[in-house]
Amino acid sequence: MSAERFPIEAGHIMAFARAVGDFNPVYHDAEAAAATEVGGIIAPPTFVQASAQYDPEYPLRPRPGVTWFGSGRTASGLIGQSDGAESSGSVGAGAGAGAGTGLHAEQHFEYHRPLRAGETLTVAVRAGETWEKQGRRGGLLQFGESITEYRGAEGDLVVTARSVGVRTAQPVKDG
Amino acid sequence: MALSSQQLKVGDVHEAILVDNLTRTQIVQYAGASGDYNPLHTDEVFATQVAGYPSVFSHGMLTMGMTGRMLTDFVGDGRLTRFGGRFTAQVWPGDTLSATATVTALETNDNVTVADFDVVTTNQAGQVVFSGSASARID
Repeated sequence: MSAERFPIEAGHIMAFARAVGDFNPVYHDAEAAAATEVGGIIAPPTFVQASAQYDPEYPLRPRPGVTWFGSGRTASGLIGQSDGAESSGSVGAGAGAGAGTGLHAEQHFEYHRPLRAGETLTVAVRAGETWEKQGRRGGLLQFGESITEYRGAEGDLVVTARSVGVRTAQPVKDG
Repeated sequence: MALSSQQLKVGDVHEAILVDNLTRTQIVQYAGASGDYNPLHTDEVFATQVAGYPSVFSHGMLTMGMTGRMLTDFVGDGRLTRFGGRFTAQVWPGDTLSATATVTALETNDNVTVADFDVVTTNQAGQVVFSGSASARID
């Protein structure tokens, strides 16, 4: 599952740019942005990752009726559930990758044109390759790839994203 | 302002500090903006007691997003055609990150000049945390 439609909102771009420490006015000041080459507010290079906000089943956001695996009364909401505490390696679909894990191994973007505030993208995701590798620090590593195409109102390709997720057998102790 | 091919040659290096002393609050800010609320990044209790990590750690995409700022500050708004790479080590609260873009190629076809870059982000210990490449249209 992924977002099908991704409205590109100016306030969302502003919050995202702040979060990555980017205070370039082209991401938050309509007047200043209008005077630049791109002529208006655009999204920063990694912004399409925030399309997760529009994925109704995104597993890394608490959802009604689904037990959240983060801490509350206990260190994990899954403690006391029938399977006991789940490890990080079995929760969530990190980066929306096919491997179904929490860690993100690679991310690649191709930009076909600037992404502008006010437009709505359609989103199509397909699974890519899967492979395994013996890791030095994390035991057996299972990799999975997903390719996401973000298109504008005319069906024109705006951004192509390729994400590789990795599922580790144990926590990676030393980054 | 976009880069001009006249100011650039293969081997040129652009460097920027991405963050000095990364805070847990900035990681939480990124979780909120991106929608990725994985408790490994935002929940110290879960990250240490359940997942077995020494603390929470940054989203790889926060590192890549900060690295993207270095690139767009260098090549200009809306000029990137490609940006990608691998997350090679975790980024922890308190880390200071810097990034470099090194020109690997300059090519002009049909009056459009594209510059290719190697992109490397390192922490305060000199350890590479993100390693990739990018391309941009330049003037």
